[in-house]
Amino acid sequence: MNPLLRIFEKLSRYRRHKFAGPALLITGLSLAGIGFSVAQAATTEIQQITTSDKASLIAEGKEIFARGCSSCHGLNAEGAGAAPSLIGVGAASVDFQVATGRMPMADMSQQAMRKEPVYNEAQVAALAAYVASLAPGPAAVTNEELAWERSGDTALGGELFRTNCAMCHNLAGQGGALTQGKYAPTVMGVEPRHIYEVMVTGPQAMPVFANTVLTHDEKLSIIKWIKHAENEPALGGAALGRVGPVTEGLLAWTLGLGLLIGIAVWLTTKAR
Amino acid sequence: MTARERLAGGTANFIDERTGAAKWMKKTLTKVFPDHWSFMLGEIVMYSFVILLLSGTFLTFWFDPSMKEVEYEGSYEPLSGVKMSAAYASTLNISFDVRGGLLMRQVHHWAALIFMAAMVIHMMRVFFTGAFRKPRELNWIIGVALLTLGIVEGFLGYSLPDDLLSGTGIRIAEAILQAIPVVGSYLSYFLFGGAFPGEVFVQRIYAAHILLIPGIMLALITVHLMLVWYQKHTQYPGPGKTEKNVVGYPLMPVYMAKAGGFFFIVFGVTAFLGAVASINPIWIYGPYNPGQVGAGSQPDWYMGWLDGLVRLAPPIETHAFGHTISWNILIPGLIVPGIIFTLLAFYPFIEQWMTGDKREHHILDRPRNNPNRTAIGAMSLTFTLVALINGGNDLIATHFDLSINQIMWFSRIGIIALPPLAFVITKRICLSLQRADRELVLHGRETGRLVMLPHGEFIEVHEPLSPEKAYLLSHHEQNPPLALNSEDAQGVANPQGLKGRVRSRFSRAAQEQVAKPTPKEVLELEEGHY
Amino acid sequence: MSNENSGAVEKLSDPGLPEHVQRKTDVDPRAAKKAERQVSILFALSAVGTILFIYSYIWIPEDTFIFLPITGTTNAHQLFLGLGLAMALFFIGMGAVHWAKTLMPDHEVVDYRKEQRSKDEDRAALVATVKEGAANAGLGRRPLIKRTLGVALGLVGLSPLLLLRDLGPLPGDELTKTNWKQGTRLVTDPGDRPIRPSDLEVGGVAQVQPAFPAGKVRHLDDIAKDSVLLVRLRPEEFNLDTERLSWTHEGIIAFSKICSHMGCAVALYEQTTKHLLCPCHQSTFDVTRAAKVIFGPSARPLPQLPITVDSEGYLVAQAPFNEAVGPSFWERDS
Repeated sequence: MNPLLRIFEKLSRYRRHKFAGPALLITGLSLAGIGFSVAQAATTEIQQITTSDKASLIAEGKEIFARGCSSCHGLNAEGAGAAPSLIGVGAASVDFQVATGRMPMADMSQQAMRKEPVYNEAQVAALAAYVASLAPGPAAVTNEELAWERSGDTALGGELFRTNCAMCHNLAGQGGALTQGKYAPTVMGVEPRHIYEVMVTGPQAMPVFANTVLTHDEKLSIIKWIKHAENEPALGGAALGRVGPVTEGLLAWTLGLGLLIGIAVWLTTKAR
Repeated sequence: MTARERLAGGTANFIDERTGAAKWMKKTLTKVFPDHWSFMLGEIVMYSFVILLLSGTFLTFWFDPSMKEVEYEGSYEPLSGVKMSAAYASTLNISFDVRGGLLMRQVHHWAALIFMAAMVIHMMRVFFTGAFRKPRELNWIIGVALLTLGIVEGFLGYSLPDDLLSGTGIRIAEAILQAIPVVGSYLSYFLFGGAFPGEVFVQRIYAAHILLIPGIMLALITVHLMLVWYQKHTQYPGPGKTEKNVVGYPLMPVYMAKAGGFFFIVFGVTAFLGAVASINPIWIYGPYNPGQVGAGSQPDWYMGWLDGLVRLAPPIETHAFGHTISWNILIPGLIVPGIIFTLLAFYPFIEQWMTGDKREHHILDRPRNNPNRTAIGAMSLTFTLVALINGGNDLIATHFDLSINQIMWFSRIGIIALPPLAFVITKRICLSLQRADRELVLHGRETGRLVMLPHGEFIEVHEPLSPEKAYLLSHHEQNPPLALNSEDAQGVANPQGLKGRVRSRFSRAAQEQVAKPTPKEVLELEEGHY
Repeated sequence: MSNENSGAVEKLSDPGLPEHVQRKTDVDPRAAKKAERQVSILFALSAVGTILFIYSYIWIPEDTFIFLPITGTTNAHQLFLGLGLAMALFFIGMGAVHWAKTLMPDHEVVDYRKEQRSKDEDRAALVATVKEGAANAGLGRRPLIKRTLGVALGLVGLSPLLLLRDLGPLPGDELTKTNWKQGTRLVTDPGDRPIRPSDLEVGGVAQVQPAFPAGKVRHLDDIAKDSVLLVRLRPEEFNLDTERLSWTHEGIIAFSKICSHMGCAVALYEQTTKHLLCPCHQSTFDVTRAAKVIFGPSARPLPQLPITVDSEGYLVAQAPFNEAVGPSFWERDS
């Protein structure tokens, strides 16, 4: 007999099993999900950038822009509605916003969230070149050219962070609340070039920290401190989110008191 | 006689010949303590206090309470060369250059958090079971005093390292002080030795934190325990327990072993927390600088409700005759907490006034049997909880994707609307539970078994309660509310009229109960029912 | 719904203390031996804990790290020191409690209470003693002694109060003054670099302190009053009266960074909404309207520092603040 038919015959013995329904549902959902992801991956095969010379880079960038950004930012990047004008924002803005996945924006909520980037590095470079060509603006930087490990001073970086950044991003860089549901995101897990670019460009609610106010070397020190804080192990034990007394108090009540009251109950129960 | 007996006998003789302690010792070693887990909550507080004293003493051997500016030269690299106070530098030293220093710092701080949490839970137990009634009102007041002192002590304690987070808290405390009318700016200048932050406040709060307040607390704790000892501990109702006895285990050996063992357990759990959970990582916060601040700055949890109250206060300030009164600071920071703690301290007397009950009580109430008190307790807890949650509104906003503005409005309205709601709901729940108890006594436990009677009727078999359980569910007192004669026999109006009418109104609310089953009703049922 | 006929008479009868139930260790000697073994193991575990503690203290270097689930990478010296201590303490307790629960007698004992109130004879005796003692002291018969004693005791209490006078200087008008004067340069914090208007971009901020003359050291006391936040907007975005507008320069506006509510540093500037948020109690200030309070508990706007440029093109203060900075106080008149 056909081996496939044999398998079906074996399986059909379980068709009235109490788990048959749920199992079928889960199988169906999994197949649908896998199928969808495969199909999506196949269709989002955006064409790869092949050239790197400036003029064609700008042209590629213009094409990507037209397809993926112009619906909100206008055909000539002049801005429309909630989407601001991109003329003069510079390659730095594009590199930060697009390479961290903030743009294209997932939903039109309070602010752009960091997420998986839609475009790869070459595409980001093309977009950046295009936007930079519209008007002069801050240039993008690469991780390699930022010599933060050599030129940065961790202690000074901490001082600068606490004076300029901690009031929004929290003393340990975990992020903080702004008004009306906006928030300053965590600074942990961000590439050094993006930290640099974000200070220079001041995206959305974040103010601009120009190199004339916070010098280039001071920025390198801040990056060095952030990277140190990111890699610092929890010196006293579980870090509890590094947000301070709130989680500490919660742990004291739940684990501390919980354990102690549980033991007190055991203590006063008669032995069998 | 064995060698051990000879030694013990010799020692006892030595002491007795000088103090006459034999009779007292015998009485003490056979003293009876009732055994219930909820009676151990006060023990958690007491043992945490001892842990605080021990770990705190360790810390004083290295801590430098000076605010002199120094450049950090210790082993924590990211702060190398940074200017900071000697207090902060010595705390870094304890954390990184003293073996066991960070452990002791963490044990000390975790012990403080558990100390306060256990105090609150212990207070709740005493409140909801009515253990504060005569003759224990004084002990209750001492407890409230200890709670207040504990809050201040903890605040001063975590402000000693002079880091950015606690320094922000000190700035806020200074603002409350400064806002006091007439004397505010003088008090602030006297406490800080001049302008804020000055160079002396750490050493001054150090003296308060290691000497003054622990000394007062130790004295109050001693009186607190002596009263419990002398008045004998209360006990839960049950068969064999009366207002005139205490049922439990003797101090030696059972209670000594259990209570003594529990001390080690509390210490062990606190040390465990100190080993595995980071607390107050001041090296991340940095030294205090009044021009800096961090997002999501909160005080320790036992001050969080104060922070929450201050946050939700409306922005009211009055300016008159060249003077300013900041109601937006004074009301949430001083006046409301003052009223709350005063009401808390005098609650035993308030309840006495409402019920007119001036007798001694040694049997505890089941919370459901005093719906009014339980509801008042639930109402106060709701108020505190709303304030506490609002104290963390910015963290809640970041972690749950909410808006601080919305949370603030929720708290502003909630703190007025939710407590009365909690009162009504709790009272109704208590009355329902009383009704359920009554049904249980009168009709027995529903077993879920159906039986068909010969004439065709289906009934559910109810198992009658054991006499012990029936006694437990019906032993409580139910007193009539106070009645006020508004006029006497001759028609003369009562001069105490208004006060008496208010009192009898409260009394009616306080005595609202579901009638408990009487023996007569039980007998009637047993004759003709299942 | 109260019951009129309740009282002691109407209670269901008290069946008395329940029967004592034997534990397994009471009847079975093998179970008792097992419990004894368990208690001994617990005490032995405590000893192991102490050994771990000693080992960690002496032989685990302070800079070793270990990765554990939940806690992440943590300091091994600290961790095992703490775990050793915790074990050492915890298991003594567990052993003692288990010993009490399983092997010590668990018969409930009954003790009796006396009424707290003393017997009437004792109370009468006390009253008589006090009355006699008071009569012997003779205060009633010697009013001059009573009055002068009162005066002496009252006065002696004043001395310690007076001793506290030197706790601190009188505030005077210090709370209304800062180091900002006409012509004081604005310098970056940290760094002490003077600032030109062109240094600040639109949408940018700068943390600023007043320039100190050479030799004068800046203390935290000064920072607590002098800290200023510089914000640059487009001039047309301001919504100010003429006077306040004259305190700005080319769209740059300066505010005291010390919150007018309770003194935290306010520097959380939202570029999009032009709002300043204080992280302590969420007071929100509108920069375009001279830091007017639009949300939160603060009752006053942030004081604005009037600024202009000096002959070399650096930003300077036009004048000191026109009001006291920081939290309110009784003597503040605006």
